[in-house]
Amino acid sequence: MNNIDVLIEQSPALIIAIPLLGAFLMPLVSRINSTVRNIFGLLVLCLTGFFVGMLASDVLANGPRLYIFGAKDLAVPMVRILFEVDSMSIFMALITMVLAFIAMIYSWSFMKDHDGLDKYYTLVLLLITSTLGMELTGDIFNFFVFLEISCIASCALIAFWISEGEALEAAFKYIVVSAIGALFVLFAIGMLYAQYNALNIATLANVLKYTFLDKIILVLLVVVLGMKAGLVPMHMWLPDSYGRAPPSVTLIIMGATLASFYGVVRVIFTLYGNVLSTTMRFSIPLNVLVGWILITLAIISIIVGVAMALIQSDLMRLIGFSAVAEVGYMFLAIGAGIAALGTPYATTALHGGILHLLNDALDIGLLFLVAGAVYYVTKKRSLDDISGLARNMKYTTVFFIIGLLAVAGMPPLNGFASKFLIYESVYQLNPILSIVAILCSILMLAVFVKVFYAVFMGPELPAFKNVTEAPKSMLLAMGLVAALAIFIGLFPNLVIDALVKPAADALLNHAQYIGTVVGGI
Amino acid sequence: MSGMSKIVKTSVNILFPLTMIFGLYVIAHGHLTPGGGFQGGAIVASGCAMIVVAYGSKWVFKQIKENRLATFESIGAVGFITVALLGLVFSTVFFGNFLAGSNLLFGTTPATGSTGADFNTGGVLPLMNFAVGVKVIAGLFVIVLVMAYASSVKEWDT
Amino acid sequence: MIEYIPFIAVVTMIFIGLYAVLFRRNLIKIVIGITIIESGVNLFLIILGYREGGVAPIFTSLPAGTTYPAGMVLPVPQALTLTSIVIGVAVLALMLSLVMHIYRKYGTLDVRKIRRLKE
Repeated sequence: MNNIDVLIEQSPALIIAIPLLGAFLMPLVSRINSTVRNIFGLLVLCLTGFFVGMLASDVLANGPRLYIFGAKDLAVPMVRILFEVDSMSIFMALITMVLAFIAMIYSWSFMKDHDGLDKYYTLVLLLITSTLGMELTGDIFNFFVFLEISCIASCALIAFWISEGEALEAAFKYIVVSAIGALFVLFAIGMLYAQYNALNIATLANVLKYTFLDKIILVLLVVVLGMKAGLVPMHMWLPDSYGRAPPSVTLIIMGATLASFYGVVRVIFTLYGNVLSTTMRFSIPLNVLVGWILITLAIISIIVGVAMALIQSDLMRLIGFSAVAEVGYMFLAIGAGIAALGTPYATTALHGGILHLLNDALDIGLLFLVAGAVYYVTKKRSLDDISGLARNMKYTTVFFIIGLLAVAGMPPLNGFASKFLIYESVYQLNPILSIVAILCSILMLAVFVKVFYAVFMGPELPAFKNVTEAPKSMLLAMGLVAALAIFIGLFPNLVIDALVKPAADALLNHAQYIGTVVGGI
Repeated sequence: MSGMSKIVKTSVNILFPLTMIFGLYVIAHGHLTPGGGFQGGAIVASGCAMIVVAYGSKWVFKQIKENRLATFESIGAVGFITVALLGLVFSTVFFGNFLAGSNLLFGTTPATGSTGADFNTGGVLPLMNFAVGVKVIAGLFVIVLVMAYASSVKEWDT
Repeated sequence: MIEYIPFIAVVTMIFIGLYAVLFRRNLIKIVIGITIIESGVNLFLIILGYREGGVAPIFTSLPAGTTYPAGMVLPVPQALTLTSIVIGVAVLALMLSLVMHIYRKYGTLDVRKIRRLKE
C-alpha cells in the first residue's frame, strides 16, 4: 500500500526525530503529573520501536536503504549527510530498542523515590537517540557527533546519585577518558577529510589508498572505539561506571558500548574493506595483522575480566568486570573472522560474534537488573552484608539462576549457542585460544555460583527478616529478558537465519554498501 | 556572590541592551553574514553573565526562577525539531527547505554572485537560527547563573 | 618551512594538553588540559581549509573580481570546527559542575585524595 511505503521510506529520519522530540518535550510534560510522564516516555519508545520494526522488515528483504537529509538527490561532490541502513545496522538498532524498552519499564519503580526525574528521563531519551544515530549513520562526522552526545548523556546519568562520592569520581574518570578519545577521533576524521575531500563512509571506502596517514587513522579509530567498548588495556572506566550508575541506566549505557563495538567493526570491514589484503612488511597481509592484534587484546580482556571478578566484593562492580570479559569474547570472534578472511570458518566466527552481541546484552542486562532489585530491597552493595534472600524473593532468585547459566554458556540457554560457535571457529584458527576461552567460561561459572551462594543462600540475617519481593514492574522487566534468553537458547537457528546471517553477509559484502551510494549518482 | 558598586551597575545598565541588540542582530542575519544561532546566542549569554556579575547571583536567582529558563530552553528546542518535521510534511525530506523559492515568509531566491544582502532569502534557515539562538541563550544563562549561585550558598539541599 | 608552522603549533598544543592531563594533580588543571587539546584539534581543522590567496566564503559584498568557488577558502572545515566548539562548551560545563560537586563532597581538589575506587 502506498502509505506503508511512504512510512518505510521516511523511517530512518523518524527513528531519530521521534525520541529527540520526546526528549525536548519531557520537561514540559513532566510538569503535569508523574504518571503522564511515565506513559509519555513509554509511548515515545513504542512509536520508535514500531518504525525500527518496519525498517527491519524492509532492509532484511530488499538490501541497504539510503536516506538523504535535506534534498532528494546527492549533490556532486557529495556534501549531504546521509543515513545508510544495512542488515548489520538494523540488527544493532533492534538490540538497542529491546534494551531501551526494558530499562524504561524497570525505571518506573526503581527510580520512583528520587526527585529530578524529569531530567533523568530527558537524558535517557537523549542517550537512546544518540545510540540509534551512531548505528544508522553513513557519514563519519555524524558518527562523531552522536558519539559525543552519548558520551555527555551517559556521564550525566552515571553521576545521577550525587550524594555518593564514588559515583561522582566514576563519572569524572569517564568524561575525561571519553572526551580525550573523542578529540582524537576528530583528529583522525580531519586527516581523512584532508586527503580525500569526502566525509561519507561509502565514498571514502571507494577511494581509500593505503598511505602512511591511513595507517595512523586506522590505529586512532580502532584504539579509541575499542576503549569505548571496553577492550583491555583501556577498560579502566568500565567497572567503575557500571558499578556506580543506577542499574536501569547501566542497561542503556551497555547499548552505547555495543554501538562503539559496531563502530570498530564498521571501520575495519567497510571503510578499510578494499585494502584489507594489502601486503605489509614480512609479507603479512593487513587483515592477518589486525586480526591477531585484536585476538591478543581479546584474550587478555577475557583473562583480566574473569580474574578481577573473582576478588570483588561489590556486587555491581563484579558484574561490570564480567561485562569486560564478555566484550573480550566478542572481540575474539571478530578478530578470528578478520584474521581468517576468506575461509569458511571465518563466517562461522562472524556469526558467533554477532549472535554474542545480542546474547551478552540480554544476559549481563539480566544480571544487572537482579543486582538492582537486591539493592532496592536491602540498600546494601557489598556481598559481605547480604545473605539469605531466597526465602523472601523467590522470583528474583529464579531470574538470577537463569542469568548465571546464560552467562556461563550452559545449554539450553542463549549463551551456549553463541559461545559454541566461537569455540568451534577459534579452535580451527589456533587450539590454544579455544582452550583458554573455555577455561575462562568455567571460571565465570565459578564466580557467579559464589555470588549466588553468598547473596541468596545462607543464613538469614535479622535485618532482612521482613524484606518483600521486588516491585511488579521490575519483575516484569526481568521476566521479559529471561523469556527472551530462554527463547533464543531453545531456537537459535531461527534467530541466526533471520537476523545474524544477513548481518554477517552485509559486513563481508562491502561492495554492496559502497555501490548503494556511489553507483547511484 | 553579592553585587558590585553603583558605578558598575550603571554601566552594565547601559551596556546590556547594546549587547543584546548586537547578539540578536548576529542571530537574525546568520544566513548573510558570519554568525547564526550559536554565535549570537553566546553573545547575548555573555551579556547576561555581565548582569550576574554586576548585580550578584543571589538577587538575580530570586528574580528569575530556574523553571522559567528551562521552559524557555525547551520551547527553543521543540521549535527546531518542529521546523524540521514541517520540512518532512511539506517537501517529503526531513530538514527539507520548503520555504526557499516560494512566496511565503523568507522565500525570495537570491541572485548568484556577489549580492547586496537581501534579508528575505534563505527559506527555513532564519527560523532555525532563531530557535537555536533562543535555546543557546537560555542554556548558557542557566549554566552561568546556577554555577554562580551554587558556589555562594553554604549548604546545598541535595 | 613557513607553511608548516601551523601544524607544529597544533602538535605543541596537543602535547601540552596531554602533559597537563597526565601529570597534574589539581582537578581544575586537568579540565584546562582537556580544553587545550580541544583548541589544538579545532585549529587543525581550520588549517585544513586554507587556500593560497583566498577570501572568506561569503557571498555578501564580495571583493570585486573574485572567482567563486575557486578563489575562496573551503567552508566545510569551518562548519566542522563550529560543531566541535559547541560540543566542547557542553563537555566543559559538565566537567566543571562535576568538579564543584566533588569539592563540596570531599573538601579537596587533589586527585590522589579522591581515589576511593581502587582495586
